[in-house]
Amino acid sequence: MALLTPLGILIPEKFKAEGAWGEWGIDKLEKLLGYVPEGLKKLSDFWKAPIPDYGFGGEGTSRTLHVISYIASGLLGIGVCAFVVFVISRFVAKHGK
Amino acid sequence: MHIPDGYLGLQTYLPLYGVSFGFWAMAQKKLKKQLSLKHVPYLAMAAAFSFLIMMFDIPIIPGGTTGHAVGASIIAIILGPWTAVLAVSVVLIIQALLFGDGGVTAIGANCFNMAVVMPFVSYWIFKLVNGKSVSGARPAVAAFFAGYLGLTTAALFAAIEFGIQPLIATGANGRPLYAPYPLSVAVPAMVVEHLFPFGIVEGLVTMLLLKYFLKHEPDLVYAISDPSKDR
Repeated sequence: MALLTPLGILIPEKFKAEGAWGEWGIDKLEKLLGYVPEGLKKLSDFWKAPIPDYGFGGEGTSRTLHVISYIASGLLGIGVCAFVVFVISRFVAKHGK
Repeated sequence: MHIPDGYLGLQTYLPLYGVSFGFWAMAQKKLKKQLSLKHVPYLAMAAAFSFLIMMFDIPIIPGGTTGHAVGASIIAIILGPWTAVLAVSVVLIIQALLFGDGGVTAIGANCFNMAVVMPFVSYWIFKLVNGKSVSGARPAVAAFFAGYLGLTTAALFAAIEFGIQPLIATGANGRPLYAPYPLSVAVPAMVVEHLFPFGIVEGLVTMLLLKYFLKHEPDLVYAISDPSKDR
């Protein structure tokens, strides 16, 4: 299933689709509105994620790298999620017995 | 439906952190009683599944927006709504911290929408439509509507959180400080796109997976095998 995740970027690309409603970046929002809401601007830099948008190369990467890093992010993500949930639920379950 | 940083003001994201914390504490309490060690691997699998399904962005129309299913409905039906609260919350927090999908300030809001509202609405709808059936068409239909309406309700909550921003926070010049669109724009935009097509996808995923589990591991299915423990 992780190997299929690039469909999640390739199909929208075919449709020239934009991101999700309400999740625009600052520059996109400026185009939509003609201005950037002040509070939004301040808060939007609150957190710098290590792997933004499930890609390693930033905005201008080639499609191949984009696809590869999307798969890698998928694998990393399921690994981390499964591990964290495993540890938490194990802890919770054990202490209930 | 992952609300980014900056779209919600402090008056919105802080209370929602509070609400989500409340549900996490409740989930921990409930699961202490219900959860047995044999379920632990299933929980880990559920989290991995939810993470993956959210990577499948689906476009609506050329040039339109994209969205995705969440997987919280099937987790709520198979492993119980409190388990879904835990599993999906962890996924959402990791998405925010590691991948910048959904804001860190909005973790409380996103968890409330997708990891609290969605599993419970899905679970209730499933129980309501399914009644006491254990096989046949009824659980499948119930599962479809659980996913379909669960996801759409979560989207509605997200839309309300977006839409109240211009009402509660405007700058000196009268411009909104955070998410700029009012309820009258946010609610239709979010709800319609989740009614079609994203909700359909969530519904189908929920239905197909439930069918699989009913066939191969019917005893595991929480919503059917052991509803009494829920209270």
